[in-house]
Amino acid sequence: MRCGKMSLTISTFNDLKNTFKNLYYPVDSKMLNERIEFLSKRSIKKESKVKGLKILISCMDLTTLEGKDTPNKVRMLCKKAKRPHLDPDIPQVAAVCVYPSLVKIAKESLKGTNIKVATVATYFPSSQTSFEVKIKDIEYSLKEGADEVDIVINRNAFLSGKYDIVYDEIAKAKELCLLYNAKLKVILETGELATYDQVKKASLLAILAGADFIKTSTGKTTPAATLQDFLVMLYTIKDYYYYTGQKIGIKPAGGIKTAKEALKYLVVLNETLGDYFITPNLFRIGASSLLNDILMQIIKEKTGNYQNEDYFSKD
Amino acid sequence: MKENKKLEENKIEETIKINGKNLKEEITEEKLLEKNEIQEIPELTFYNTWDYSTSLEDNSYVKIKKRYDLFIGGKWISSNKYFNTINPANEEILSEIAYANEKEVDLAVNSAKEAYEKYWSKLKPTERAKYIFRIARLIQERSSELAVVETMDNGKPIKETRDFDIPQAAQHYFYYAGWADKLEYVIKSPRPIGVVGQIIPWNFPFLMLAWKIAPALATGNTIVIKPSELTPLSAMFLAEIIQDADLPPGVVNIINGDGYTGSLIVKHPLVNKIAFTGSTKVGKLILKSIKGTNKKVTLELGGKGPLIILEDAPLDQAVEAVIKGIYFNQGHVYYASSRVLVQESILNEFIKKLKDRIKTIRIGNPLDKNTDMGAINSKMQLEKIKNYVQIAINEGADIYQLECKLPSKGYWYPPTFFTNVSQSNKIAQEEILGPVLAILTFRDPKEAIEKANNTFYGLSAGVWTNNPGRLLELSRKIKAGVIWANTYNQFDPASPFGGYKESGFGRQGGLHGLLPYLDT
Repeated sequence: MRCGKMSLTISTFNDLKNTFKNLYYPVDSKMLNERIEFLSKRSIKKESKVKGLKILISCMDLTTLEGKDTPNKVRMLCKKAKRPHLDPDIPQVAAVCVYPSLVKIAKESLKGTNIKVATVATYFPSSQTSFEVKIKDIEYSLKEGADEVDIVINRNAFLSGKYDIVYDEIAKAKELCLLYNAKLKVILETGELATYDQVKKASLLAILAGADFIKTSTGKTTPAATLQDFLVMLYTIKDYYYYTGQKIGIKPAGGIKTAKEALKYLVVLNETLGDYFITPNLFRIGASSLLNDILMQIIKEKTGNYQNEDYFSKD
Repeated sequence: MKENKKLEENKIEETIKINGKNLKEEITEEKLLEKNEIQEIPELTFYNTWDYSTSLEDNSYVKIKKRYDLFIGGKWISSNKYFNTINPANEEILSEIAYANEKEVDLAVNSAKEAYEKYWSKLKPTERAKYIFRIARLIQERSSELAVVETMDNGKPIKETRDFDIPQAAQHYFYYAGWADKLEYVIKSPRPIGVVGQIIPWNFPFLMLAWKIAPALATGNTIVIKPSELTPLSAMFLAEIIQDADLPPGVVNIINGDGYTGSLIVKHPLVNKIAFTGSTKVGKLILKSIKGTNKKVTLELGGKGPLIILEDAPLDQAVEAVIKGIYFNQGHVYYASSRVLVQESILNEFIKKLKDRIKTIRIGNPLDKNTDMGAINSKMQLEKIKNYVQIAINEGADIYQLECKLPSKGYWYPPTFFTNVSQSNKIAQEEILGPVLAILTFRDPKEAIEKANNTFYGLSAGVWTNNPGRLLELSRKIKAGVIWANTYNQFDPASPFGGYKESGFGRQGGLHGLLPYLDT
């Protein structure tokens, strides 16, 4: 069992096979869908809506992951992260997520705040390269100053049943992150795993190998995050919590564009893991265009009207 | 191979580095871990960080009349006696309802007889279908209003009436309307029975109207139907719909009253068939009172549904099925999974998951769209539930109950379950019809089947396993009218439903649901 830093470095996947077995449950899609349908119908209105939206902002990884990203684009994003809206009631986001080559810029721009800089590594988004290159990728990110690294699991190995390889890669990433005192988020890319049983297995593998957070998607494939996959991951975190007492974080990301949709994720979290897990330390939501929709909804609750979208800064 | 070796070397190096750098931290963490082993891991808590504001369904547009008469022969007929129907969530009087005595029952049955001979038996089947389709569409049009009325009169959450009771009811009329001109595919030369007397309970008032009326009309019978005296209101709205649908007068007669009114319908000589949904006790009385007559009868009675969870089951979803099985409609469900049989090896895991799930159940104003569990339907029923819970405690079972604030007015009971229950305990044998679950254990599938069948009921059952072979084996051996595999409480008008043993006979729904209304 992975218990803290000590055992991490000595456990191999083989040592943990029993734990893996103990914590694995098959998933039934019919009732899983029903549960999501049930939770999606929660009516979030008035104060609870404003509060929920503010929680979402404070747990947000404001993200730009594009080939065309430039230093200035990232600087502007960081400004938005610090102060999403002129309204002083609106909190700052939890982190800014950029490609490794822009980590330094983001770090500089966010100096003096407690907003974290996250980045993506291990040959994001496909993970289809050699182990050495992936490790170099992580090392580079950490040396640039990233506080959090989002890595992708090796689906090539996972889908061909080589769980030990998947495990070793994550464990190695964790070791590096510990050296630099950074958090490790492991992206399962659930859209490529096809069944909920596979999502369950991948979640467990990532947690046992040392993930601080498990994350649904890269946002670069469709389908990206779904509420169903998210719930399966939450169940896994819950089982692990009751097994070890340790709380693993969760990050849905990819394709969550509206406040309404984002609130559904918060509802699923709220009714599965509850109070302890609704904090930026354990919950993040990956977002790029989502932030403005949330702002628009909050201002609407305050003023009673939807504002023109030009009242919200585009960067 | 070579690469792997290299990898391992790297790993050892890295380990030493880490050990060197973070030694201090590790010691403290180890100590923490030791502490962790002694300390219990705290249970999860819910809704303290983020709770939902109330989100009330608008009911301002719903017009409930001060008084409703009897719907006989297409007209509203007054009575010399009226009784109140109340909202069980706040004990407020909703309306006054006419009570049917000998005279009124006789009038209703005679209207049905006349309507049968004069209009309904002479109509072409396609014409009959037209009327039933009309009812279905009118229900859909007024669905929000009907959901509100049903919630106010019954106490069940608006979420359920809006998403289950009313749409399912409309679906039943649509489904059976389609059968009206295709009865030759059910039996050769189909003939209706004549006048049918139908008596329905308070747990699904509007849906049970549909289950009874739709197949009876499709097969060409005329109807005298009596809702429960506890929930007569939505039937009055259906009477309005039947008027709007322009059904010939007397084809459907809706009268209200208590058990005595019911017995008058059962005993009336012009009634050719009785269809009853309700308690096994009343079902037996009905059978006794029609002994020696040539009346036909179908009964859908109580249940003590076993839900079997094997150790390889998808446990998180099995818990959802249990929640749906026992806490849906406050447990006022004959097919509820009121007995859960769990394989011993997974009992602790199951209980932990169930508790966490129960903690998220929201009880309160049934008109709040976020309410999961509404009010207990009546004071009488609440007393009955409390009584059973006391018996279970006295018999030595361990109780778990959701700690929650209950409204001061109205009838309320929190979700409850018992562990350490044995087959001989009263709560494992008798139907409670409330949000009270008995959890029993078994060692192997054989014992599960034995326990599941060790009851005088046989209405519904469920099996949860990830092994399809075992699923088939168990479902063949369990004696119940409906067996749900890796799910619970799934309904469709096309699927027949009914009981074994003392849970009754005759099927409702599907092709089979037509047979009890045909003269075979």
